[in-house]
Amino acid sequence: MNDTILQNELLKIFPELVFEPGTEWLQVTVQSQQWLPLANTLRYKVDMDFDFLFCVTCIDWKTHLAMVYHLRSTTSKLHLVVKATLNPLNPEIDSVTSIWKTADFHEREVYEMFGVNFKGHPDLRLLILPDGWEGRNPLRKDFEDPINMIRL
Amino acid sequence: MWSLAKITNSIHEALNNQFSAGWALFFEMLMAGIAVISLFAILGLVLVLMERKVSAWMQIRLGPNRVGPKGILQSFADTLKLLVKEGLTPGGADKFLFNFAPVLAIIVAMLLMAPIAFAKDFQLWNLNIGMLYVSAISSVSVISILMAGWASNNKYSLMGAMRSGAQIVSYELSAGLAILSVVVLTGSLSLKDIILSQQNGWWIFKGHLPVLIAFVLFMIAVTAETNRAPFDLAEAESELTAGFHTEYSGMKFALFFLAEYVNVFIVCCIGATLFLGGWMPFHIGNWQQFNHIMDYIPSSIWFMGKTFFLIFLIMWFRWTFPRLRIDQLLTLEWKYLLPIGMINLLVVAAMAIGGWHF
Amino acid sequence: MFEEIGTTTDGDLIINVGPQHPATHGVLHLVITLNGETIRKVEPHLGYIHRSIEKMCESLTYRQFIYVTSRMDYLSSHINNHACAMCVEKGLQIEVPERAKVIRILLDELTRIASHELWWGAMAMDLGAFTPFFHAFRERESINDIMEETCGARLTMNFIVPGGLMADIHPNFQKRVKDFIRLYKSKFEEYNEMVTGNVIFRNRMEGVGYLSKEDAISFGCTGPTARGSGVSCDVRKWFPYEGYEKITFDEIIETGGDSLARYMVRVREMNQSIRIIEQLIDAIPEGEYQAKTKAVLKLPKGEFYSRVETARGEFGVYIVSEGGTTPYRIKFRSPGFSNLSALDQMARGSKLGDLVAMMGTLDLVIPDIDR
Repeated sequence: MNDTILQNELLKIFPELVFEPGTEWLQVTVQSQQWLPLANTLRYKVDMDFDFLFCVTCIDWKTHLAMVYHLRSTTSKLHLVVKATLNPLNPEIDSVTSIWKTADFHEREVYEMFGVNFKGHPDLRLLILPDGWEGRNPLRKDFEDPINMIRL
Repeated sequence: MWSLAKITNSIHEALNNQFSAGWALFFEMLMAGIAVISLFAILGLVLVLMERKVSAWMQIRLGPNRVGPKGILQSFADTLKLLVKEGLTPGGADKFLFNFAPVLAIIVAMLLMAPIAFAKDFQLWNLNIGMLYVSAISSVSVISILMAGWASNNKYSLMGAMRSGAQIVSYELSAGLAILSVVVLTGSLSLKDIILSQQNGWWIFKGHLPVLIAFVLFMIAVTAETNRAPFDLAEAESELTAGFHTEYSGMKFALFFLAEYVNVFIVCCIGATLFLGGWMPFHIGNWQQFNHIMDYIPSSIWFMGKTFFLIFLIMWFRWTFPRLRIDQLLTLEWKYLLPIGMINLLVVAAMAIGGWHF
Repeated sequence: MFEEIGTTTDGDLIINVGPQHPATHGVLHLVITLNGETIRKVEPHLGYIHRSIEKMCESLTYRQFIYVTSRMDYLSSHINNHACAMCVEKGLQIEVPERAKVIRILLDELTRIASHELWWGAMAMDLGAFTPFFHAFRERESINDIMEETCGARLTMNFIVPGGLMADIHPNFQKRVKDFIRLYKSKFEEYNEMVTGNVIFRNRMEGVGYLSKEDAISFGCTGPTARGSGVSCDVRKWFPYEGYEKITFDEIIETGGDSLARYMVRVREMNQSIRIIEQLIDAIPEGEYQAKTKAVLKLPKGEFYSRVETARGEFGVYIVSEGGTTPYRIKFRSPGFSNLSALDQMARGSKLGDLVAMMGTLDLVIPDIDR
């Protein structure tokens, strides 16, 4: 199973996937509604077996938010980077805590820093920020903190 | 050389010549009380410094070496610090019990000083049930710990006190069985008789293997009784931040601290009395010359030497072993030490009847 | 956000461990639900040392942001800096000279040994034995002295730059490292006698905090935490970087899954690090210590990810660049963050005393988690 075979397999099941060429690891962009079925396929389909989710983050592109999931298989050396574009006014996506338990903490962090709502998350609340920071999302580009911000 | 018994006898005669019998007795009691309290104070200072220096030696560092030459005056500085600290009582604490717990701990420690023979003919009170008295009074210290834990109104203190209570009550059994081994061999509960029976050799040599086993059991049991590591769950710093004496500060904490060290001293005195011959010098069979030289050293020095050796042993334990968990601790006692102690007692009884000791 | 500290309706006790506590390595606040002495639930409350590093790095240049990672996992400072430098080099396609690569690996392995020494001492201290801490620091001091002579600092050594090293190593470096290897080998047996072979330690650690292999992978655990459960995940073996492919060393895997297995993995890893150092210390190639780079670095538009194996696990740096002098978004994938999420599962059903043993074997450094 290498990158091209993986790409073809995924396109057979999810034809709307968009693969980006020329990157170090196979990169695919998915619609946010399709994320949960894609995650299930990646995790449980026999020859894919992406059981190691090692990085979950979000990027604020000012016009939209993009979730980035880095996946890897512990049996083969396959990597996959999954991106999902989110609506900036109401960003929400399915939670994958039921598939990879590490997503619990990572999604809570993205929730508090970017304001993304994870549907189906068992316990979505602030992780690192203290009380009173609900609704204020520090890592967004339009975050203003007049008291503490240091401008270089 | 000098003999403490001669000093006390001369004081006794002088007082009886000066005053009537009742007044003489009163003054003697006063002097004995002051002697005990000052012994407490000195012991506290010496043992605290000894602990710090011994631990530093084992941990390849120097220990206190600033206050006074080689840090000798460190204990005075510590005492002064504890005296001037504010003694806080937590809100919601039961005031009477909170203040009484450390006092009770000190009272128990002082009461235990009574039957100990520090030198030849130098005992405060020659009880004929000396060992039973010691076992009984040391059990009362559990009450002070439970009082402290409960009255502090603090979850951590309560947990520490409960653990400690279970631990002390369990290990008293093992200590009692070990004590009984020597009592059976001697045939008497009185400390003076036990020491005198070791005239021809210390019990640890005369009683060979079973008494050696009893000695090992005794040392483990008293380490647990005095809440010393590796059994110091009650004050496990890494887990419960000082356990039952978390909420104590200033003089009350100093009293607990002092009571702990004096308890260690007392159980080592008992251990030295039972197993190492008390104030009896070290004689080897018929080597008369050797025995003569040994006799020349005063009996109080012998006694203190043996006691401090056992104290060093207990301190050595603290800095070598990690801590046991509460269930492992109780398993050790009930499943291992207690059966071994009981079987050992039977063997010792057989030994005493059959005369198989030296 | 915080639960009511007190009692639940079932009569369970809720207590706080931390944030100021002698056994948590840093400011970690755990809210534990206890039933008697048995733990029902452990909930970490993080954020006491959150310094918004990721946001801060968006206004630092590519030369400046490397050194904030020293402050994240301060026990693996060289290794963290290495990961960041590798990421920048990947973006700029810089070729690092051989000499710099070998010295970077030497510094990495020395840092790994120092970190494991501190872990060993602190773990023994948590369990109640105070003496091994001093013995561990005796060796750690030797390493710190070597670092001080070469890099100028003892804890956060800002020595690795994109392109190589900031300066060449001190002439005494090789001799001192060889002396250290000799010292370490003579003391290693002591460690086994004092701690590993001690029956009380074994009883405190055996069977405590079991983490199965599937759970370890699912929770994203890496490093000795995962290797103690049988997961083979050493980045130096699976995705070798900067010359690790040419060095022979073993990846230590234990299948026990309990605290003792994780403990043995770390102790044996120290030996493997010594093995790596021995292979390299006499074979440092001559040459430049730094590749020629521009003064102001501008990464091209794109995304770059690089990872290394720190003492705690896999540390990843993910840079999203828009072509400017500062990154558009940086994400640090810290190993402690994922390792900590496994604590709740491991701790349920065990006693409060076991929690300390578990936290010790997870080897948490809280600034790494909170960033």
